[in-house]
Amino acid sequence: MNASRIEQLQESTARPAGFSLGEFIRRRPESITFVLLVAICVAVAIANPAFLQPSTLIDIGRASVVMGLFALGVFIILAAGGIDVSFTAIAAFTMYSLTVLVLNHFPGMPLLVILLVATAGGALLGIVNGLLVHHLKVPSLIVTIGTQYLFRGFLLSFIGTVWIMSLPPQMGAFGRLPLLQFESANGAVVTLPVYFLILPAAAVVTWWILNRTLMGRAIFAVGGNADVASRLGYNLRTVHLFLFGYAGALAGLAGIIHVCANRQANPFDLVGTEINVIAAVVLGGARITGGTGTVLGTMLGVLLIVVINSVLVMVGIPSTWQRLVVGSFILLAAAFFVTRQRKK
Amino acid sequence: MRRTGGQLVMLVAINCLLLALGAAISGGSFLSLFNLQSMASQVPEIGLLAIGVMLAMCAGNGGIDLSGIALANLSGVLSAVVVSSVLSGTEDQFAFSLAFIAVAVTTGFVGGAINGLLIARLDITPILCTLGTQMAFTGLAVVVSGGKAVMVGSPALLSSIGNDMFLGVPISFLIFIAAAGLIAAALKFTPYGLWLMLMGTNPKAAVFAGFPKNGVLVATYALSGTLSGIAGIIIAARNVNVKFDYGSSYLLIAILIAVMAGVKPEGGYGRVICVVMSAIALQLMSSLLNFGGLSNFVRDFAWGLLLLTFLAVGRYDLVGFLFPGSRQRVGSGAKPSSTGT
Repeated sequence: MNASRIEQLQESTARPAGFSLGEFIRRRPESITFVLLVAICVAVAIANPAFLQPSTLIDIGRASVVMGLFALGVFIILAAGGIDVSFTAIAAFTMYSLTVLVLNHFPGMPLLVILLVATAGGALLGIVNGLLVHHLKVPSLIVTIGTQYLFRGFLLSFIGTVWIMSLPPQMGAFGRLPLLQFESANGAVVTLPVYFLILPAAAVVTWWILNRTLMGRAIFAVGGNADVASRLGYNLRTVHLFLFGYAGALAGLAGIIHVCANRQANPFDLVGTEINVIAAVVLGGARITGGTGTVLGTMLGVLLIVVINSVLVMVGIPSTWQRLVVGSFILLAAAFFVTRQRKK
Repeated sequence: MRRTGGQLVMLVAINCLLLALGAAISGGSFLSLFNLQSMASQVPEIGLLAIGVMLAMCAGNGGIDLSGIALANLSGVLSAVVVSSVLSGTEDQFAFSLAFIAVAVTTGFVGGAINGLLIARLDITPILCTLGTQMAFTGLAVVVSGGKAVMVGSPALLSSIGNDMFLGVPISFLIFIAAAGLIAAALKFTPYGLWLMLMGTNPKAAVFAGFPKNGVLVATYALSGTLSGIAGIIIAARNVNVKFDYGSSYLLIAILIAVMAGVKPEGGYGRVICVVMSAIALQLMSSLLNFGGLSNFVRDFAWGLLLLTFLAVGRYDLVGFLFPGSRQRVGSGAKPSSTGT
């Protein structure tokens, strides 16, 4: 059980009666994310009722899969007090090399095997990160900036820079396989693809790891205070390898889903979106110094960023403002959570 | 500290080695005056940003400035838009250049001070804060310019900063050396330098010793921002146009230079002269790779590898890396112990 959780319990026993809004927000920062998300949705729905169409909502759901998988990986690393910026490079590396491999050598590889290989490949690259972070003893930001360039440079200089437009048939079919399909008012067919299910599944697995296993406790303990955790007998090396391996696996999976969903493999894709993902996790209430956060908050943060990205145009704000808005949101959220924390 | 003098000697040796290697490969043309001048005029942009990163790292407590290149681009773009709406770059060249420089440096200073204030006053972690401002600065540059390249042109003074020589040395390089010298002097001879390094070594002790912690932090990031502003001027002067996404790999390279220079990412140690030498070394390597006809992607790959190698060499005795398990090490991602829950 992590420090903040214990704190919560102590507080709830100490003050059984009396409900303070400030306290509630401090204990569950993701409630702010939720309020913000609802507020934005209501505002957009009033400004442009087209937002409430099922097709828009399904678009948002579809757009949040890849980012959500990334965010879960970043969250678990953030919870342990590290940070990762190389996951997009891992995803790009895995998706592109695997697509090339399947196209040229194993055209008949079943989809399940492809997904497994992608996950395993991502995990392998993640473990490289984990080894470096653990042994080099430098902030993981610097290490992963290095590996981001390493992986992406390797991909672009030695594997290829060609945009693959015709995917292996099984991957294309997976991207189109519908979970839910209906015709909207204007006659267009709206599809919620099956791959959407991977995100809630990954979220549940991540929640389970963090809340029901020893590894989860170790992760929060390391995030709270690495020195104390190691003196308590947690093996930091194992924790680091697991963390980065898990984040890498999620990134590999996200990469191959990105390919299937877009029906093309572009090696220049994905890298550059990492700040958005980190923003999502931080907006979800995870503190960048580690030890806190929830899976639910992370998912809300992802939804918030995806909604902001997709609705700006709907309410008539030019898309050039997107970065400025997201950047200001990061700073506001950070400032807000910090000042909340201080008012103990 | 073994690396105090050793690092400098090593960097000088690397530079000499690279020059010799270049001369050997190219048959002497690598050392021609023209090539040396063109390399020297490429160092300042990235060198200034690297000094900014060094200052932020020295402040300790996870200090880092990720917003450098974004702020440099913002300075250039904002200045170009603002100044050219008031003055014409072709008619009143001198005034245009002066106004451009003033606005760019002010933008850099203000942006850096915002970083510093957010970090010092609100206690936001430097990584998060500068990630946020990086995005906000880039976003502002996109908004101001509409996402397009903005024309600066080549008015007299600016173009001479970008292209002319003084006694055979590019003027931009001289500006870089002057800025580096000023910062080095400030670190060595003023109380600010002492405060910065001691604060980086032990933030808690610094607070109890009564250092003006907030002042030092704000000054550090403002200084780093000002350097970004100057880098923005040099970028504009050299490229005629400014755009929000210029130099996308500069973030890594600035950090790489700082790490190569032996600056400690956890704070408390860094020397400007080492940063200058390592910026030059990196430029030599980059030019060498160019001579070899390798693509930009290979260069990115090489930079990543180099960064990790230097981290390994500088942080970790290689013997221990090859035979782990001999000692229990307490390593962690960020440094949660001082700022964590």
